[in-house]
Amino acid sequence: MTVDPATRDDILAAIPSLRAFAVSLCGNVDRADDLVQEALARALANIDSFRPGSNMSAWLFTILRNHFRSEYRKRRREVEDPEGWYAENLKSQPEQIGHIEYEELQKAMAQLTDDQREALILVGASGFTCEEAAEICDCAVGTIKSRVSRARKRLAELMSIDDASEFGPDESTRSVLAR
Amino acid sequence: MTHTDQKRKKRPTGGSERARAGLDSGVQAKIGEGLRAMYDDVVRQGVPDRFAQLLAKLDEDGDNGQGIEDGFQEK
Repeated sequence: MTVDPATRDDILAAIPSLRAFAVSLCGNVDRADDLVQEALARALANIDSFRPGSNMSAWLFTILRNHFRSEYRKRRREVEDPEGWYAENLKSQPEQIGHIEYEELQKAMAQLTDDQREALILVGASGFTCEEAAEICDCAVGTIKSRVSRARKRLAELMSIDDASEFGPDESTRSVLAR
Repeated sequence: MTHTDQKRKKRPTGGSERARAGLDSGVQAKIGEGLRAMYDDVVRQGVPDRFAQLLAKLDEDGDNGQGIEDGFQEK
């Protein structure tokens, strides 16, 4: 197999985001890296089907997503644990958001359907347009839009419920301490 | 699509609707930030060695293609 240097650089450049997508899909960094490895092997074996000049990221995302759907989802089901599967791995916590919010978001993400989760990540975090996301997920643009909007709504519901029960007491504790 | 209809149906009817929408938009902003923060956290880790090596092998192996066949056995 021959891969020209420019194509190889494009693949390299896409890897960080591809990994982030994989982590979002399977909620586990180690398995995400295996998924990326297998997707890359597939991509390289089929590099001839990549149209030069087209979007390398979108092409790799499509391969990874399809591989996840056909292989990884089954494996995840075997050990599925909605409370733990997402949170268990993302060991480092982004500094930008608070600890409670981060955990809540992970738990809430775990409760989305696979369709909703992938659409939300592609559009809300990876920065793909709805049109690109629709190509990656092999569905209509309208379907992506409605999945994203349902995913957002579902997360909002889940996080609002937690807001009321968890942030409430915290707030009052804080105001007591502030006195 | 009847998406907005569904939304309305699920909302409790009453005066809290506007307050609820305000809360939701705050929560939405938080969700958006949180998603990107989680995602960017992984992006910032760059390219792990195993992948850099995998691609570097392409140069060494030429047409040989050894070492990238792991995980491509099925089918």
